[in-house]
Amino acid sequence: MMNQRNILAAAFLTIVAVFLVFSALFMHPFGEPTSQAMDQYIIDNTVEETGANNGVTSVVFDYRGFDTLGEATVLFTAVASVVMLFRRLKK
Amino acid sequence: MKGMSTIVKTIANISFPLITIYGLYVIAHGHLTPGGGFQGGAIVASGLVLLAVAHGTDWIESKVQEHDLSILESLGALGFIGLAFVGLVMGGAFFSNFLVNTGMLFGEIPVNGAANINTGGTLPLMNFAVGLKVIAGLFAIVLVMAIATNKKEVE
Repeated sequence: MMNQRNILAAAFLTIVAVFLVFSALFMHPFGEPTSQAMDQYIIDNTVEETGANNGVTSVVFDYRGFDTLGEATVLFTAVASVVMLFRRLKK
Repeated sequence: MKGMSTIVKTIANISFPLITIYGLYVIAHGHLTPGGGFQGGAIVASGLVLLAVAHGTDWIESKVQEHDLSILESLGALGFIGLAFVGLVMGGAFFSNFLVNTGMLFGEIPVNGAANINTGGTLPLMNFAVGLKVIAGLFAIVLVMAIATNKKEVE
């Protein structure tokens, strides 16, 4: 027996499923992003601008250095909190 | 934690230098091959953890203090952000690669994509800083947890 709440849930799920199916149907083909200007710029200029053969490292540490700074901060915070948490047990 | 048998200790002693050398290689060649500071640091830290597990917490506690690891980790973080600030002063932008194409340390440009360790500008230095940070940070986490659980068992 379907009460009102079940009907509402079924309608909501149908709407979500329709959205997902449509977005899957209109997805970009794999490996073909919409805008390739940034990718092509990095592929063309990474050796001259950063002198690194490894383009990924040049992106991580040079073009997107702020991203790595945040990543390092996350690690630093994690280590600091773990050390702080377990220091109390030592006494 | 008391440490494992002689077989495990011997194998850990043999494989620890190899793991460390491989991790340092991954850090040092971060601008040429896949890998970098984070990945190589995780490899070296796993070798240290292997040593800690094989020999026991008491042995590793007598060799290295968690306090020193915290200092090393902070040094790595400061080196990383300090290089970024030097880029701000020398190159005009935060994280600017001020060493590239100057002919100084790591200041060459690879010719026709040929691998050359003396390239990359600030990238290898940043890899070293991040590698030091990750080694000390991950090993400090494992060490402090191992010591804490050890003391808890005694109580």
